[in-house]
Amino acid sequence: MQSDPKPVLHATGISKFFPGVIALDDVELQLYPGEVHALLGENGAGKSTLIKCLTGAYPRDAGVIMLDGAEINPKDPLSSQAAGIGTVYQEVNLLSNLSVAENLFLGRQPRRFGMIDQRRMLRDSKDILAQYGLSIDPAQLLSSYSIAIQQIVAIARAVELSGKVLILDEPTASLDREEVELMFSVIRRLTARGLAVVFITHFLDQVLAICDRATILRNGCVVGTRKLAEVTQTEIVTLMLGRQLEAATHHHERRETGDVLLSLRGFGKRGAIEPFDLDIHTGEVVGMAGLLGSGRTETCNAIFGAQPADQGEARLRGSPLRISTPREAIRNRIALCPEDRKTEGIVGDLSVRENIILSLQARQGWYRPLPRAKIEEIAQSYVKALDIRLANLDTPIRLLSGGNQQKALLARWLATEPQLLILDEPTRGIDVGAHAEIIALIERLRTQGMALLVASSEMEELVAYSTKIVVLRDRRQVGALTGDDISPNAIIRAIAAEEEPRA
Amino acid sequence: MIRSTLRRVTPQLIILALILALNMVMFPGFFHVEVHNGRLFGNLIDVLNRGAPVALLSVGMTLVIATRGIDLSVGAVMAISGAVAASVITGGASWIVAVLAALGAGALCGLWNGVLVAVLRIQPIVATLVLMVAGRGIAQLLTEGAILTFNDPGLVRLGGGTILSLPTPIWIWIGVAALVGLVVRRSALGLLIEATGINERSARLAGINARVLLIAVYLVAGLCAALAGVVVAADIRGADANNAGLWMELDAILAVVIGGTSLLGGRFSITASLLGALIIQSVNSAILMSGMAVEFNLVIKAVIIITILVIQSPRVRHWIYLLRASSGPGPMPRQPASRTPKIEEGRP
Amino acid sequence: MKHSMKLPLYITVATFVLAYAACVAQYPNMLSSRVIANLLTDNAFLGITAVGMTFVILSGGIDLSVGSVIAFTGVFLAVVLRDTSLHPLSAFALALLIATVFGAAMGATIHYLEMPPFIVTLAGMFLMRGLAYVLSTESVPIDHAFYGWLQSLYWQAPGGGRFRITGLLLLVTFGVAMVVLHRTRLGRNVYALGGSAQTAQLMGVPCARTTIAIYAISGGLAGLAGIVFSLYTSAGYSLATVGTELDAIAAVVIGGTLLSGGSGFVAGTFFGIMIMGLIQTYIVFDGSLSSWWTKIVIGGLLFTFIMLQKGLAWLTTARIPRANGSTARS
Repeated sequence: MQSDPKPVLHATGISKFFPGVIALDDVELQLYPGEVHALLGENGAGKSTLIKCLTGAYPRDAGVIMLDGAEINPKDPLSSQAAGIGTVYQEVNLLSNLSVAENLFLGRQPRRFGMIDQRRMLRDSKDILAQYGLSIDPAQLLSSYSIAIQQIVAIARAVELSGKVLILDEPTASLDREEVELMFSVIRRLTARGLAVVFITHFLDQVLAICDRATILRNGCVVGTRKLAEVTQTEIVTLMLGRQLEAATHHHERRETGDVLLSLRGFGKRGAIEPFDLDIHTGEVVGMAGLLGSGRTETCNAIFGAQPADQGEARLRGSPLRISTPREAIRNRIALCPEDRKTEGIVGDLSVRENIILSLQARQGWYRPLPRAKIEEIAQSYVKALDIRLANLDTPIRLLSGGNQQKALLARWLATEPQLLILDEPTRGIDVGAHAEIIALIERLRTQGMALLVASSEMEELVAYSTKIVVLRDRRQVGALTGDDISPNAIIRAIAAEEEPRA
Repeated sequence: MIRSTLRRVTPQLIILALILALNMVMFPGFFHVEVHNGRLFGNLIDVLNRGAPVALLSVGMTLVIATRGIDLSVGAVMAISGAVAASVITGGASWIVAVLAALGAGALCGLWNGVLVAVLRIQPIVATLVLMVAGRGIAQLLTEGAILTFNDPGLVRLGGGTILSLPTPIWIWIGVAALVGLVVRRSALGLLIEATGINERSARLAGINARVLLIAVYLVAGLCAALAGVVVAADIRGADANNAGLWMELDAILAVVIGGTSLLGGRFSITASLLGALIIQSVNSAILMSGMAVEFNLVIKAVIIITILVIQSPRVRHWIYLLRASSGPGPMPRQPASRTPKIEEGRP
Repeated sequence: MKHSMKLPLYITVATFVLAYAACVAQYPNMLSSRVIANLLTDNAFLGITAVGMTFVILSGGIDLSVGSVIAFTGVFLAVVLRDTSLHPLSAFALALLIATVFGAAMGATIHYLEMPPFIVTLAGMFLMRGLAYVLSTESVPIDHAFYGWLQSLYWQAPGGGRFRITGLLLLVTFGVAMVVLHRTRLGRNVYALGGSAQTAQLMGVPCARTTIAIYAISGGLAGLAGIVFSLYTSAGYSLATVGTELDAIAAVVIGGTLLSGGSGFVAGTFFGIMIMGLIQTYIVFDGSLSSWWTKIVIGGLLFTFIMLQKGLAWLTTARIPRANGSTARS
């Protein structure tokens, strides 16, 4: 694809240090006009840090960025956009209370006699959107359109304002299949116009479908840049994961499970997750696989009562169970570690100690405060057991790293001594060390007889600790794997199984 | 626990001490207290006595603000409860019944606010605006526009009487503050309120019954306002629906903010809010005592408040931190509540 | 979906029309140019203030200082005209300048010190009220030939209604505000800030400039309202217009603007003002109703409109994700 041998963007020697960590180490990135370039790597590999350095959201500590042969030094995303680098993020950064046209033209509306020329703005918007294959009414509010459309409007705005390089940071994460196709067609139109597109995603199949080349990062270093036509998926995965993969997958002995703890029949919530059956035994880890948006989080929330189920029945140790709030779940010793740690997990300004005992205290009721000695004992013991690294227990939890926050949240739930622990993406956005420890902890809890339900987008991880894996797609359970059937390939096959036309 | 409270309220103590010291320099007799007819007299006592309504309001307001809310209606609730107490007592009932009726009215108002905020999920500032606007009208409806006067000694004692030589209002606000403070801090209520204020979603998912908690907090604010309304009515021996508690919600909010509780919710200190109320009151009486310039009253008050608030603003604190950091190593900075995207946390 | 955004506006207009019709049905005299002219004249200062408040609330803020600014302006004008030989027009210009600069200063404090608007404008409210006291604690009458001339300007409509210059000023202010809010970049930036300050900043909206401009506009319009008020009362009194900020906020909310910002129309505010004026007129016409019913009815209206907004928001969020799965694709 790269007919033009001169790169439009050439970043060399990019380094970024955070206190105590090297987030990026001498990273090089070359983009050619008209190519779609994937930026691959595990969580924490440095993808988003690299993007933030390129767009000026972070000041970089070393390195040179050349755009069209000239050095640029963006100090914030606005200046990098003016220089020619546009960025679109997973969550749409537009104003939903304004019209589509205004979102496209905010700050640069066409004017006549000092007044905004509404008619011209609408006409120009129509023209721009037509280039992206959209024929929507730009006078409507942005919020009246689907996320995919909003995402494309965001792309259109970014391209209009920058025009050389477009960075797409997980743009497809919350889109369904058809919408992803729509997005791809937009990307192809842009590359045909000579734009260089950086594409960040967790979906390897999407990378293979749309990208020309890929730069793979691991632990802040570039481990390779490959033409995708010349490599296999396994090779990419190996590059991304390094040697970790073997370490995580090798043990696979028989696992004894206990009695049925939670039994769900026809359980579901309209618009969130189709009715499904599921049995969770004590001493069992049920893994939940599926792409983003496949209904994993919805399933977790339905069982925990955060988005209570509206159909089907649940039985806990054989007796009927109705859960409509998290409080009821907690009373029945069910716990959920949510996916979005920052907004649904931690209580940022409270100390680590208070965060750890919060759920236990909430279950006890406000009138029965835990004695100080007990609080101290619980907090200390979990800090030690989970190896939470902190200066002292009074530290506000928001100052901890992602991995330590996650461990503190696990401590919060373990302190309630749950019989069923639901973990939604327990290893997202945390460092490698904490990652391994959490996987080991899952294993340990299972052998102690706890039942666990773990949703994760990392298949190797699921394979490593699950005794049973249910596979979700399009908010439906589409398969279950047990025993020796469990393998990453089997999961992928299960996810892909019904890709053929649905009846 | 006492030591951590002391550390928490140090800035407020310093400000209060400064203002009191200034008062003493300007009016040497400021700290003079004398006993007259078995009642303590003196400027200090006056500050404590006149500060009672705002102090009472600030107790409830602290809890409301800690949950990231605000209650604009407390001034109007004061008018309502005063009117209720007055009309009950002029109807011939005993003063205890009158006080209970006033408290009941305050509880109803608090419940109304709480339901709007917690169940109907209306922004607190909007939800309580309704009662702020309508409440005074309701109070006037009860008194039919007139000032309802009464002479019941029991009720009057709540405003003008003394217990152990100390004016009753002082006992009332100290008692209420101590009661609420003890309940909140000796139980787990304080922690649960703070968690809800900082991150309501996380709090709910951690099993906290945020809905009931929010309603309870507005209920307490309503009850505190009702008591304040009774004290004010008892003081003037009448219910003045037009002026009772007028703009006092603003003083109460200021007291809480001067007390260092963030309007964005979270960590709170009732003690600090009470000190805030006393700061406002001592500024008031200092200006009043200076006599020569009644007109400057509000200007000076505004300047003092602005100064205190500016010093407490996150941005200025951040600047101070940067100044200190450049001269030596300091603790981790508190992230300013800035509009710029937060920097991702480093890894250990 | 554009109509769903305008629905609150339509409901406000419909409420006004129906309420007016009901009033007329009971008291046919209320259908006269006199009543309409008085509605405009009596509410001119409040209406002009509410226009500024609409800017502030649309941007997601609040301005509690406006009542004090009106009082200060009134006293300032009265004292200046009493003690100096300055022409009223120069005094007007000076008053407007002070009010605008004061508003801008509050905006700058809010933006640069990252303090909540509620607290900053609360302090501003105390400050301006205090400055008014400093100028004079007494009511200062204004007796100037130019004032008399301005007050004598009116257009007598058929039916006896006298449309005065302040009423005209009210209409002009609303007209200009509509153009600014909908047809200028500044206006759209106000909506952008109200939608999400953080996103607006990422999209290149000059947040500092816009925030300062918004509070300057609110301050300046409060100053203008102060001028109108002093024409209305021919005096400056430091205790006047206490609580006007609440009436202005109420008018904006009844006019269909979301208190959380980002959505609403200044035209709605106009009808909000007219509804509130109508309630007072009705009570005057009725004669037996007490003035406190105004407060209770306005409180009730506030509640109704807040619930209405809530219901609308609820309906749209519940409906959109479903509705667009099919319509959005081209």
